[in-house]
Amino acid sequence: MTKKRIIFIVFVLLLLLHQDSWNWDNANLILGFMPVGLFYHACYSLVAALFWGIVMKVAWPTELEEWAEGGAESPEGGSK
Amino acid sequence: MTTVIVIAIYLGLLLGLALFAKTLFRGTSKDYFVASHSIGPFMLLMSVFGTTMTAFALVGSTGKAFGTGIGTYGLMASSSGLIHAACFLFIGIKLWAIGKRYGYVTQIQYFRARFESKAFGYLLFPILVLLVIPYLLIGIIGAAKTIEGVTKAKLKPSGDLIAPGVFPEWTDNGAIPPWFTGLVICIVVLTYIFAGGSRAAAWANTFQTIVFMIMGVLAFYLISGELGGVGAAIEQAKDTHKVRTVDGTVGVSQLTFLTYMFIPLSVGMFPHLFQHWLTAKSAKSFKLTVVAHPICIAIVWVPCVLIGIWASGQLPAGANPASILSIMVSKLVADPLIVGLVTAGILAAIMSSLDSQFLCLGTMFTNDIMLHDSKKTYTDKQTLLMARGFIVAIVIVIYIISLILLQQEKQFIFGLAVWSFSGFAALTPLVIAALYWKRSTKTGAYACVIAVFVSWLIFFSMSGFGGELHILGGVTPAAIMWFIGAGAMIIGSLVSQPPSEKTLTKFF
Repeated sequence: MTKKRIIFIVFVLLLLLHQDSWNWDNANLILGFMPVGLFYHACYSLVAALFWGIVMKVAWPTELEEWAEGGAESPEGGSK
Repeated sequence: MTTVIVIAIYLGLLLGLALFAKTLFRGTSKDYFVASHSIGPFMLLMSVFGTTMTAFALVGSTGKAFGTGIGTYGLMASSSGLIHAACFLFIGIKLWAIGKRYGYVTQIQYFRARFESKAFGYLLFPILVLLVIPYLLIGIIGAAKTIEGVTKAKLKPSGDLIAPGVFPEWTDNGAIPPWFTGLVICIVVLTYIFAGGSRAAAWANTFQTIVFMIMGVLAFYLISGELGGVGAAIEQAKDTHKVRTVDGTVGVSQLTFLTYMFIPLSVGMFPHLFQHWLTAKSAKSFKLTVVAHPICIAIVWVPCVLIGIWASGQLPAGANPASILSIMVSKLVADPLIVGLVTAGILAAIMSSLDSQFLCLGTMFTNDIMLHDSKKTYTDKQTLLMARGFIVAIVIVIYIISLILLQQEKQFIFGLAVWSFSGFAALTPLVIAALYWKRSTKTGAYACVIAVFVSWLIFFSMSGFGGELHILGGVTPAAIMWFIGAGAMIIGSLVSQPPSEKTLTKFF
């Protein structure tokens, strides 16, 4: 499986996890002050940052940068 | 009075920073519009984040959480953490590369070239301006209501006076009148935009973003302390606000929550963000923005949403959503110095968006309308004069509209912002197709923009021009408009001739 495909699958998974239907009417508090539904989404923000950090590492568009500076012949990195 | 002095000092500091930024200004139109592509990672993060977070972030999030509960965070903040970063990575960097390679400073320059249509710019320009206007209005209204909230007389529920307003001889409630706050905010922002364009905006935004992030956390800390700690504060909040279950006007339906995911797509089409992206020194400057943006959102939004939930147990349900944060600060934190600092933070959040929006409108008018296809050759000085002239004109228009809206009993900061975001979000099929679909054509682009704009007008009027609207059992209009735009783009493109080989070679 290609890196791009894995990134896409994880992205879709994160989209689905955003819905967290199971927390909808859960009024419990985490750490005594944070409603579960809010705590979950605060953690979700951190997971999103981690995800994009990994994407930066494994799928950085180097060729696009070179193209912008006038190097590569096409933004995808290939030659025409 | 101490509160007002602190705010005045803050505005003075901002003007001082503008003078400093002016010393860095290189005097060219390229430097004015895109800071000569010289902004590094940290300033790019701060300016992009500061621009995205306006009154909507501090004032709107608190007011919305007061009305809706914890669902507010998931509706806009956590979804934005994922979607905004995706837009920065897959749209922003690519547009930066194209802009840098071909010297574009506005979206319209790119779309004109990509869709091989000069007239397309004349269609898109007024629509983009129209969609930015609500965004600008919420900034001025948010600032005016905040200052009014912290400077007016404090009364007990019985009506007895606790403390007089700051200027009892000026207004009935002793507050600084909203028209004056709006005027001051507009003048300050105009001053530093005049001084150094996008470079001054980047410096000012960096400063202001740091200020509003710190002050948001400070407000959270102090308000929670006054309520007996975070545990005691949440115990005093209404139970309905701690869950997302729909209960009257509180809560959010599953369908609404799901379809709200379309709204953060708006950053892909914000003209002011396009301009900020182009200020980047290199593509690598984006890395920090992509990764840190979701974290910055959490730092600002979690405290604000919690303050809004706590407010549900402290304030009457009918309180003005636009004033919740300032009321909570001034009611619970009696120290005028702290009230001044937190208020300065709110103004920082607001002005860090206003400047970029005003600047981008001036940039678009100059490059997409005045200079486009002009037979006359303009000097850099004339170009800058044009941009500044249009910025002054648009500031005056926005200021007048904000005065009219301020006459209304309630201002829907969150609602107006959502309408602006929804329009931009619905236009993202345009930019996605332009960047990634070789078969997308001029006809598809026209169809997309017209279909989105017509549907936006219909839904906006159905909402009562700024109210909340859900259709088909809870679907947010942004989702429907997005599919309308995408469908129009696909159909329009497939029924027309593909773009020329020359255009495809240029952009793919």
